[in-house]
Amino acid sequence: MKAMILKEFRELRRDKRTMAMLIALPIVLLTIFGYAANFNVDEIPTAVVGDNAAPIEQQLPDMFPVESDVDADATAQELIRDNVVDVAIDTSTQPAAVYIDGSSLFAAQSAQAAFAQFPDGAVSVEILYNPDLTTAWVMVPALIGLILTFIGTIITSIGLVKERQSGTIEQLAVMPLKASDVILGKIVPYFILACVDMVVVTVVGVWLFDVPFNGNVALFALGAAIFLFVVLGLGVLISTASQTQAQAIQMAIMMLLPQILLSGFIFPLDAMPTVIAWIGHLLPLTYFVEISQGIMLRGAGFDSLMVNFGVLTLMAVVIFGAAVARFRRDLAPSAHKRATKDGAK
Amino acid sequence: MTSATGAPSGSGWGLADASVSYGDRAALSGVTLRAVPGEVHAVVGGDGAGKTTALRCLAGAVAPTKGRVDAPSLERIGFMPTAAGVWADLSVDQNIEFVAAAHKISGTVLGQRREALLEGAGLTHATTRLAKQLSGGMRQKLAFSLAMLHRPELLILDEPSTGVDPVSRIDLWRMISGAAADGAAVVMATTYLDEAERASRVLALDNGETLIEGTPAQVLERVPGHVTVVDTPTERALAWRRGRSWRQWSPTPPPAGTAPVADLEDAMVAAGMAKETAHV
Repeated sequence: MKAMILKEFRELRRDKRTMAMLIALPIVLLTIFGYAANFNVDEIPTAVVGDNAAPIEQQLPDMFPVESDVDADATAQELIRDNVVDVAIDTSTQPAAVYIDGSSLFAAQSAQAAFAQFPDGAVSVEILYNPDLTTAWVMVPALIGLILTFIGTIITSIGLVKERQSGTIEQLAVMPLKASDVILGKIVPYFILACVDMVVVTVVGVWLFDVPFNGNVALFALGAAIFLFVVLGLGVLISTASQTQAQAIQMAIMMLLPQILLSGFIFPLDAMPTVIAWIGHLLPLTYFVEISQGIMLRGAGFDSLMVNFGVLTLMAVVIFGAAVARFRRDLAPSAHKRATKDGAK
Repeated sequence: MTSATGAPSGSGWGLADASVSYGDRAALSGVTLRAVPGEVHAVVGGDGAGKTTALRCLAGAVAPTKGRVDAPSLERIGFMPTAAGVWADLSVDQNIEFVAAAHKISGTVLGQRREALLEGAGLTHATTRLAKQLSGGMRQKLAFSLAMLHRPELLILDEPSTGVDPVSRIDLWRMISGAAADGAAVVMATTYLDEAERASRVLALDNGETLIEGTPAQVLERVPGHVTVVDTPTERALAWRRGRSWRQWSPTPPPAGTAPVADLEDAMVAAGMAKETAHV
């Protein structure tokens, strides 16, 4: 048995990825996720509109910091729809009308509890987009993103590494195929399957959990397609850095885990320390969650989601571009140089 | 420097003083190889000798860091990598269809070619079977058929018969000889020296360097020193066992009237010893 234990330790010592997962990862995960794991939102971005704004602002508890640079012409409901703030108070009515964004579940729960402490009749509270604060309504749009991430990253990387593991990538490299044909030929089937999955998951989610779809379907499809490019790019990148399917799965899980916990769909980004929230802002799922929740629940338009679309598009270009470049490099540069040189003969 | 002339340069395709490095490690150092149409050129050597690197370099799967590669365009190369190079989850027919599409072969031409190759490979009864369900020998023969599908001018085979049963090895050799007879220049890496003896030329590699090169007869002649058959070796470090007797290598020229080494296996061992002795 001693020899067996010694052999196992020696093998583990040389398996740097597993060692990293065993030693470094728990510390990193505990530190980052420990800070991130917080359902309590201490500060809820708030806007106060209407003629009587100043006295109401003064009465608000500290957890409702008032945003000063909001569009002066926008109504309270528009500020919520466009995700400018999570709480908007219209002081032109008597009593003042408080609108809470139900799509920001934890912020809404905290806000609802805080306004319940106000004297009876001081304010009228209305929760928009998710009046019963149903968890499934917030989770399903985000889960669509998570499922697409799973398919795009794990399944794609496994499918591509399989080619390398079985030795057929070498065969492809010396066949008279353009590098772009090989790359697209490998990725397009996963893109189509992921699109089918996206439609199925969205329809089933809406039908099974009664999640409303208030926005533009085409805009949602566009956001999902851009997001798919990002996650497929991640899958291809992982495959270029893995020799076996086990390695690909290991790396994909290491990429998937932070997206689950730091993208804001379980723990609200507003409740995280700034540094951890910034890590969340580096993850593509964070932006897709904003897009899917915004379109499905709030019926948000392109204007209010422009930043999310922009960041996702940038990520798609960078990640997908890097993935294709690395995949192309794997496909034997000298062979393709030769193919282009005299391929026409 | 690489080259792709698109037409056989002089006496065929090959490598000229080619070197390949992976990081700091030289995998191939100044190797020259010429594959002539209609002939089989065997590349032999032990594990890590550089056989696969030489073949991959010729196929264009790896770029030489130095030297020259004369090879036709990819459309005219057939390559069978070490790991067979068949798609395990595709059937025999689907494997052929995919490779045919890559080479733009279709219709009657494809039908005739598929029939001829599958018959030669003894796979006509297994066309719907998945490649992963084939035996090792059948898989190798399918891989060979895929490499030969487009009638390549240069056929590169990386250990096609390794791990294959003796009967399938005979089938494979028949197919390889047939490809050469049809005019292909065949370059084949092998660890079986009895196979190399059937080739027109042999290139023996050791540690990425050329150990010895020539026709099988020339290789036997070019082995430095001489090999004798003995019952009891005088110097164990320079002796090896063959069956019930021993072979003893000596760096000195053979005494007059002594027969040269009997076969390539003795020649390879002796050449390796000569190289080691020279380095000491």
